[in-house]
Parts: sequence; C-alpha cells; structure tokens
Amino acid sequence: MRSSVIIFPGSNCDRDMDVALKKFGFKNQMVWHNDKSIPKSDLIVLPGGFSYGDYLRCGSIASKSKIIKSVIDFANSGGLVLGICNGFQILTETGLLNGILQQNKFLNFICSNVYVKVRDKQNKYFKDLKKDVLELHIAHNEGNYFCSNDELKSLEDNNQIAVTYCGEDGTENETTNPNGAIKNIAGIFNNNKNVLGMMPHPERMIDKYLSGEDGSLFFKNILDNFK
Amino acid sequence: MEVTEAVAIDHGLKKEEFSKICELLNRTPNLTELAIFSAMWNEHCSYKSSRKHLKKMHTKGKQVIQGPGENAGVIDIGDDDAIVFKIESHNHPSFIEPYQGAATGVGGIMRDVFTMGARPIANLNSIHFGSPQHKKTRNLLRGVVKGIGGYGNCIGVPTIAGQTTFDESYNGNILVNAMTLGLVNKNKIFYSKAAGLDKPVIYVGSKTGRDGIHGASMASATFDDKIEEKKPTVQVGDPFTEKLLLEACLELMADNSIIAIQDMGAAGLTSSSVEMASKGNLGIELNLSEVPCREEKMTPYEIMLSESQERMLIVLEKGKEDHAKKIFDKWNLDFAVIGKTTNSKKIELIFDNKKVAEIPIDLLAENAPIYDRPWKKTKLPQKLKFDKDEFKSLKLSDCLKKILSNSNISDKKWIWDQYDHTVMGDTIQKPGGDAGVVRVHGTNKAVAASVDSSALYCFSHPLTGGKQIVCESYRNLISVGAKPIAITNCLNFGNPEKEKNMGEFVECVEGITEASKYLDFPVVSGNVSFYNETKDKGIKPTPTIGGVGLISDYQQMLTMDFKTEGNLVYVVGKTDGHLDQSIFAREILNEKKGPPPTVNLFNEKNIGETVLDLARKNLIVSCHDVSLGGILIAVSKMCIKGKKGIKINTLKGLTNKYEYFFGEDQARYIIEIPKNSLKKVNDILNKYSVHFDELGTVNGQSIVYKDDINLPIEELADAHKYWLKKYMDS
Repeated sequence: MRSSVIIFPGSNCDRDMDVALKKFGFKNQMVWHNDKSIPKSDLIVLPGGFSYGDYLRCGSIASKSKIIKSVIDFANSGGLVLGICNGFQILTETGLLNGILQQNKFLNFICSNVYVKVRDKQNKYFKDLKKDVLELHIAHNEGNYFCSNDELKSLEDNNQIAVTYCGEDGTENETTNPNGAIKNIAGIFNNNKNVLGMMPHPERMIDKYLSGEDGSLFFKNILDNFK
Repeated sequence: MEVTEAVAIDHGLKKEEFSKICELLNRTPNLTELAIFSAMWNEHCSYKSSRKHLKKMHTKGKQVIQGPGENAGVIDIGDDDAIVFKIESHNHPSFIEPYQGAATGVGGIMRDVFTMGARPIANLNSIHFGSPQHKKTRNLLRGVVKGIGGYGNCIGVPTIAGQTTFDESYNGNILVNAMTLGLVNKNKIFYSKAAGLDKPVIYVGSKTGRDGIHGASMASATFDDKIEEKKPTVQVGDPFTEKLLLEACLELMADNSIIAIQDMGAAGLTSSSVEMASKGNLGIELNLSEVPCREEKMTPYEIMLSESQERMLIVLEKGKEDHAKKIFDKWNLDFAVIGKTTNSKKIELIFDNKKVAEIPIDLLAENAPIYDRPWKKTKLPQKLKFDKDEFKSLKLSDCLKKILSNSNISDKKWIWDQYDHTVMGDTIQKPGGDAGVVRVHGTNKAVAASVDSSALYCFSHPLTGGKQIVCESYRNLISVGAKPIAITNCLNFGNPEKEKNMGEFVECVEGITEASKYLDFPVVSGNVSFYNETKDKGIKPTPTIGGVGLISDYQQMLTMDFKTEGNLVYVVGKTDGHLDQSIFAREILNEKKGPPPTVNLFNEKNIGETVLDLARKNLIVSCHDVSLGGILIAVSKMCIKGKKGIKINTLKGLTNKYEYFFGEDQARYIIEIPKNSLKKVNDILNKYSVHFDELGTVNGQSIVYKDDINLPIEELADAHKYWLKKYMDS
C-alpha cells in the first residue's frame, strides 16, 4: 500500500509517522508542502505538529497551502486521507471534516495515554479491528472537539463519529474526557468515511517499549483492509 | 552621546574596568564600542569571577570528544554516534517574564546543541521556585511550565525528565535551568572556530529587533524593586522559526559548506562574532547595514546588543553562498552575507559606509578581566543529637504520608503532563523515573539523562553538597541501568562579590570536581549564573548537575515500579540513619540545622558498579536510588508506580526505625530480586563486599511494617500524587 506523508513547515510528527508506516509495510514517501502534486498514493497522511507555527488558528494556514488542493481532490475522489492531531485540525480547517478543535478545557497542553472506543467499523480504517477499545496517546493543546447541534446530529446519524475518549473498560463520561471534547469525540469521519481525523497518535504506540502497542493494530488493520 | 565613566557604569561596567578599557584602547571608546565591551566583559559572558575556579574541573575522559569551551560538550557513545549536551540557566528573565523567559531558555539551549550539527533528541529542566505560600510562586510556576512546554512541544523534542523544588530562598529569584541532548555522527560535528581569510560571514534566521537589549548585563546584576522596568530586556521566543532554523541548519550541514557556526545567544551578534574570530585567531568585519532588521532605524548599538532569538552566524566556504541561500529560502528564513573574516585580529563594524567601531579581538576575549574574588570557607556544622524520646509521640505512618505529600517529594505529574514527552517515538522512560531514557533512533542503544541539585545540602556544607549531587546523578543513571558517562553543570549562586556566596561557589565546584574525578564522570559543558539575589537576599547555592549515561541494549533498561508478587527487596548500601538536613528533620521535627550526609566516594563507585553489574546480568527487575526522604519514601514510590505492596521485615537489633526509614545516607539503592536470582545476587554483593539489608517482600496491595504501618497503596498514591494539582487549582 502506497502512502504519502505531507510535511508542512512546523510539522514534527512527520518522521514518527514515516517510521510507523514503513514498519508495517507501507511504501511511504514524504511530500513537501510546496510541491504541486502528490505521488500516486493509496493513503495520504497529514501528520501532527505545529504547521506554520499554528499561527492565526491551528491548521488554518496549512489549509491554504499549495499542496492542500491535491489533498482535497484526492479526498473528494474517494482516496484515504488520515489527519492526526495537527492533521485533524488542518482537515477541519479545509472543510473536509466538520467542526473545530478548541483549546483544551483546562487550558493546558496534555501529553498522556488515553483509551478510545472505536465507534464505527463500517469503514476502511477500523473494519474487522479485533479490539473495541484502543490505548493511544495524546499530546495537544487544542484537541477539544466542538461542532454545532446540527453537525453533531448528522455525525451521529451517519455514524461518522470514529473514536471517543473512554476508560479502560469503555466507559465514557466526564472523567474519561481529557480535553472537554463534545460527546468525548476523539476522531471523526467525513460522510464517505474515507477521510479520518483524530487527535490521538497511533504512531507513538507501535512497540512495547514505548507507551503501548495498540497503534500497531491500527496500522495493520488499514493494510489488511486494503488487501 | 559622549562616553563617560557614568555612562560606563550605567552599562554595568565598574569604574576600574572602564579605565582599563580606555587604557587598552589608548582612547575613550565610542558608545557602540562601550556597548560591546559591556556585553563581553559582563559576568554572564566573561566568567570573570568563576573562570579561575572552573579551570580546575575534571573535564577529560575516554569518551569525551569535546569538553567545556564550545557551544556544548560532546561524548562518544560508540558506532560513530555522539551525544551533544549542555545545561544553561535562564533565571533572571524567567523571574521577570516567566513564559518568555523559560521558553527562550529552552530555545537557547536547543540552538547550542544543533549548532554543533546534532539533532536534539531530548530536553530536561531543573526549575526552582519560592515557598508555595509566597504570593508569586503559583503564577511563576504556571508561566514557566507553559513556557517550557510551549517552546519544546512546538519544536517536537520530547521533554523526558526534570526536577522541581520549592524553597523560600527562591522567593525573589526563581531558577530555570534547561538542558538538551542531541545526536550527531561523530565525524560530522561543527565547531565555532572560524578559519581562513576573506570567508563570507552569514547571518541566518529571524530578523533582528530591539528585544533583549542588555539581556546579558541584566543577567549579571542583582534585582531590586524596579524589576518591572527590566521587562524589555527579556527576549521573545518563536519556536516555529527555531524549528525551521533547526531543519535548515541540519540540511546545510549535510555537506561541507560550513567552516564555523555559532548561535546568537547572550549578547547576540557581539558575542557570536567575537567568539568565532577569537577562536580562529582572526579578525572579522561586519557591515551592519546588511543585517536583516525587523524594526526601523535600528542603530549599530542596538544591532550589536539585540538578543532577538532564533539567529545564527555562519562562516561559509567561499562560493557556497548561493547553495546555502537556497536552503534558507526553502525554509523561509532570512539569509544575508554581512561580512567577512580578515587578518586584522580586530572586530570592525561598518554602518552606512562608515566605520563605527574597531576593537582588537583579544581585548574582548583574552584580556577580559579575571577576578580572584575573596571567599569564605563554610565550616561543617556540628552533627545534631536528636532526642529519640521525642520520636515516641510520632506515628510512622503519619510521618510517611506527610512526607510523601511534601512539596519537594510529591509527584510532579501536573508539570510533565504539559510537556510532550513522547514525540520522536523513542522515549522508553518517561518523566517520573530516576532518569529519562530515549533510544538512539534505529539502534539498540539508549541514552539516559537526569538533572539533580540539592540546595539544602549545598547550603549547609557546600563541599559535601557539591560531591553529593554528582553522586546523586551517578546513582540516578545507574538506577535505570545506564553506565554514567559525563555531566554538564549549571552553577546557580548568589552575589560573587560577597565572600560567603563566593565561598559557596568555590567549595561546590571543589566538591563537584572531586566526585567527578573519582567516579570518572567528567564535566563536558556548563554555565554559571551569579547574582541570583534580590534586595540583598541571595538564593541557596544551587549547582545543578545534568548527567548522561548509556544503555548499550535498551531491553536492559530498569524502572522503579515493583514487578512481581513474592520478589525480594534489598536495600543495597549501608544505612546509618543520618537525619540532619533530611526532609524528616525539616518536615516532622522542624529542625533545619546539622551537616548533610557524608559522601563516601569509594562506596558510591563500588556500590554503583555492583548494581550496574546486577542489571547487566539481568538479575534484578526494578531499581531505585534512595535519596531525599530515605528508604520509606523510596520504597513507597516503587509501590505506587508498580501498584503493588510490600511487607517490610522487622528491623534488626537496636536500629531506630525513624533513623532507618527516613535517614538520608548516601550510596544506597533499593532493588527487586526474583527468587531464582537470589543466590547469584547474594554472591555478587558479597564478592564486592557491598553491605545490604533484606528489606522485605513484594506483597499484596499495602505497605506493611509490623503494627506501625498498614497503608493501602491507593491511599499512599493519593497523598503523593495530588499535592501539586491541588496547590495549582487552589
């Protein structure tokens, strides 16, 4: 499976994502934000970091960058686009995903392991995933997902909520919500479920010596579903 | 403006120093020249009070590639890999403006590391605040933590360990020490020594503004009531630009275009250009009209003194200008050829086609004043005789809970949750352990790092305190299974013009030197911060040691959490029960006098090497050094982290339980041993003649000692984990 990771000035999880993708067998390439086109890919990843310093608003300048038109075209033609952390923020700024990511409820940056519940498996990311709750890692200051009531209703009606923050046993409540996100939302899909944005970093959870290994399941599952 | 003695004094120079400048130049300097002298001759840049003593430090070793004197120290970790590291203070600015002060401290130290061609792989910090009751403490802490996180998180370098303490001596002078480790191929290290004539001098990075002017002189003076007025001397950081600068520099460093490179840190363009020329024994000519400026009508004086962040000065091979410019254009950074190297051995500044300054380099560097300041020895305080009858009214479990929630012992999760500690995907030991550990990307090796200081011990007896921190750093590295290799130090002291403060400095340095020599743990870089004093009240002497060690196979890393029920727990090293200067004495007995625990370097080395041997042979499964708070605190942390209890054996003989459990004797570790390794462990301990006590057995969910203690781990964890969060929320 061919993947491309876009590097914006200020991206800082691009290498980690490259390492993770290659570890599980993706043929990955790095693409510079000023490039006009993206090499032939089956998956495009917008990595975490602080694109363009997150000036103005997180992800907003990246959403107007040169490369982004190709990303939008790719998404609109049904290609898989994954945005992690800052990548999720960029996707909401482009309009590919609904809603926004506000500053965390307690106004602090949070770096911590979290559990997320997989809410929908009818998609190319989570289909046949063996676990319902994954232990992943978050590291963000603006991960507090918010959207209008109408948008929330449509996310719910179309099963576009991808993952929600929960406890180890899957309970979702205020105490298992690290950043105040509406309905504990940690990640969402677009209408066609080919575009996924989520705050947690699967690429930081890919071997047992790191914070955990559930990120491996995530990447392997995308590959398995592609075959 | 006419330069007079009064103007010189306003610039922080002493009367005698001004006369010396006029004498050396054989004329009165103009204002720009005076500014350059004041920047180069202040304490922060010239080390004029400390240099004499720093020379004695132990700086050589088999694995040392570069000792003090460069942007950072470099050590060899095998297979052509080298680690570049240094710690630096940003105390004064952080007190004036905590967010920007701390942020630019982190930015500055990272630049020191990538200037040498290394990619930063880990950050650490040692931060010290006034009493929790002091009205400024909470906001300063919040600002500093946000500043450190704001900068490091954005660059994408994990913050893997740190230290936070509270003491009333920091009420008017907080300390913010930041450390960075970088990874470099040992054949591709870059230095700041210029070489060759007529080579282009390049300015890259951010534009120059009016921020931070006189920053270095501000850091070389004490504070008074008017510190608010000093806010403009604090620099403003932009981590995004630094990230671009990092990537651009590393890209340019991939080939052989750079002759020398130096970041513009304290005293900005002045100090970077003088240092490069001085090291290369050359002259340098700069055309200041070419310097990219962010504000209008900046004068040569302002350009030379600005401490705007995220700037670098590079001496390039001739003909490589276009190639270099392309890289900096790609990263959207300013690039300007602003001068050349010359054989004049002078710094010559041109502005608007006029020469505006001309100073022989050696007057600024070698001829800078060196002081042999008078100092006073600190006598070893008399050992206290504790009235053990008084202990009878105490309850062991109450003491334990109280100490666990002490501001200096309690868990600092509230802080490190705000630092990205997992980015780069190689952090295998997070903050909260004895040392942070990151893998050397793509290899089986891992690097461990720890920051330590013991101001109470150093204040009580600087010589012992100096030795003790080096040993503590050594132990922290061994506790994670790393072989200690080298240290960097940040020497935070009061006013060197006072004999007592100067004495504290001299004797701490002596202690550090003695221990680092004995343990073969050389100092490869560091920085001195004097004048940590407000309205005549100085800080307790706080030398901070940043230690770095190597784990050759990261699968052998140790952590402190108890692993398996039924495993045996030993205290390795002898416990005499030294309570003077302990947390127990302060917190429970309200007793602040007495000497710090004795440091026995032979024991430190022998016991340390023995524990490392046990780790290398995979005979122990967890390890933690016994330091502040003593055995009971150490073992409680192992219980809390492992979510497992311990049944502690009845103490032998006449040992007083308070002395045993809370004494802060040095050279001790607690280790967890699986039953099937027990014989081998005993054999090794006996072979090295290392004293050990069988402390107990990993058992259940409570910490139990006779009828004295029976506390569920959850209750201990609550006492330990939430003090800081509650404090910050209140």
